[in-house]
Amino acid sequence: MIEIKNIKKSFEERPILKDITTLFEKGKTNLIIGQSGSGKTVLLKSIVRLIEVDEGEILFDGRDIRKMNFKDIKLLRQEMGMVFQGGALFDSLNVEENVRFPMDMFTNMSAAEKNKHVDFCLDRVNIKGAHRLYPSEISGGMRKRVAIARAIALNPKYLFCDEPNSGLDPVTSILIDNLIKEITLEFDITTLINTHDMNSVMEIGDNILFISEGEKGWEGNNTQVLFTRNKKLNEFVFASPLSKRIRDLKQREDDE
Amino acid sequence: MKVFSEIGSYFLLLSRVFSRPEKSRIYWRQLILEIEKLGIHSLGIVAIISVFMGGIITLQLTYNMSSPLMPTYLVGLGNRDTLILEFSCTVLSLMLAGKVGSNIASEIGSMRVTEQIDSLELMGVNSAAFLILPKIIAVVFISPILFILSVFCGIIGGLIAGPISGVVTVATYMGGIRTMFVPFFVTFSIIKTLVFGFLIATVPAYQGYNVQGGALEVGRASTRSVVNTSILILLFDLILTQLLFK
Repeated sequence: MIEIKNIKKSFEERPILKDITTLFEKGKTNLIIGQSGSGKTVLLKSIVRLIEVDEGEILFDGRDIRKMNFKDIKLLRQEMGMVFQGGALFDSLNVEENVRFPMDMFTNMSAAEKNKHVDFCLDRVNIKGAHRLYPSEISGGMRKRVAIARAIALNPKYLFCDEPNSGLDPVTSILIDNLIKEITLEFDITTLINTHDMNSVMEIGDNILFISEGEKGWEGNNTQVLFTRNKKLNEFVFASPLSKRIRDLKQREDDE
Repeated sequence: MKVFSEIGSYFLLLSRVFSRPEKSRIYWRQLILEIEKLGIHSLGIVAIISVFMGGIITLQLTYNMSSPLMPTYLVGLGNRDTLILEFSCTVLSLMLAGKVGSNIASEIGSMRVTEQIDSLELMGVNSAAFLILPKIIAVVFISPILFILSVFCGIIGGLIAGPISGVVTVATYMGGIRTMFVPFFVTFSIIKTLVFGFLIATVPAYQGYNVQGGALEVGRASTRSVVNTSILILLFDLILTQLLFK
């Protein structure tokens, strides 16, 4: 469980995060949604302390990351996995080496154990026969899946995904969403996903936090999001004519 | 004020670089890779440039020392001392600042903009130490080797160009090479190459590590790193010459 309390962050006097308080539950997929530039990525990076916030508390199962020293942060980060927007795989390492990297760095596993665990992680994300390929030789969807495999390599307690669907086709996006959902349930971890993909919101939004201009605009789940009266959230969720039509059809069905 | 802020950030980064490695074995593996990438891959260009420069220095010395009062063996001596004192340490380091420095700045800068450095940090890895320390050790280790290779190739260059163009005989040239050799000159130049090697690795690494933005900024950081390293090499050349020859 991750709890954030009264988070504030400004860049050169310009407020980006304005007093955000919320709770991200364990075993659920917690989504942070909002328009581009609303402060989603800043919030996600602030939670893992890649960005220093100005005020507030960030509690990982009661442990405040802001009060930790460099050594303790390093230890806490070994309990985290993160999937970055572009995958952030190491260009100089192949798929297998990328997934093995955290094990090389932080475990005393034997070579055979590492190989077995690498195979397990890659199987878990449905990657077969690509062990020796380099990140530049695989597709965007595969890169994201390898990044997920690397993120789960050390059995993390917290998984962070920054726009895992960006640049992917709808079919691959759904595969990635389902994969993240399955992993969250299977490993019983706290998952935070930063997205503006409405498919993700509807498919895996157990908890949804809507950020608008740096403020907490709304909180709820994927059922509630369809019928909210929040004006800004409505504008965001039903921005496309297709989604408006789906909402109207659903409304008509419910009325009948 | 910005200069002081940059210098402060540079030393703060160095304090992170020289901290205890998470796993020495991984750093050792990185070091071997960096020695190959930054050092071994520079051997060819160093040898080629040094052979030509040795030949050119020999010809220039011969054509500009036309006085009958000057013995021709001075051509060999002049070529040797020019190579040892300035060319093979300073000029070669300026060249390496371009080749190796831009490579380091663009590699680390690209890792920054593609969030690979954030990814390392998030795993709990000290990204500054992991990425920069092996490069510093590799460049500092390989610099004296490149210096010795360069001097050797420069002398060979003179040995080829001088007799072929008929300006000096092999015996006279080699006689000059062996005349009035001062071993301290080599020590002095090796000290310089070690300092220059440190600058060649750390200044571009600092520029690359602090890139913000995209590909354009990576290119700018790479250019800035070459310019800054070159200026610092010349500045330290001046300081070290004054200090060590005093």
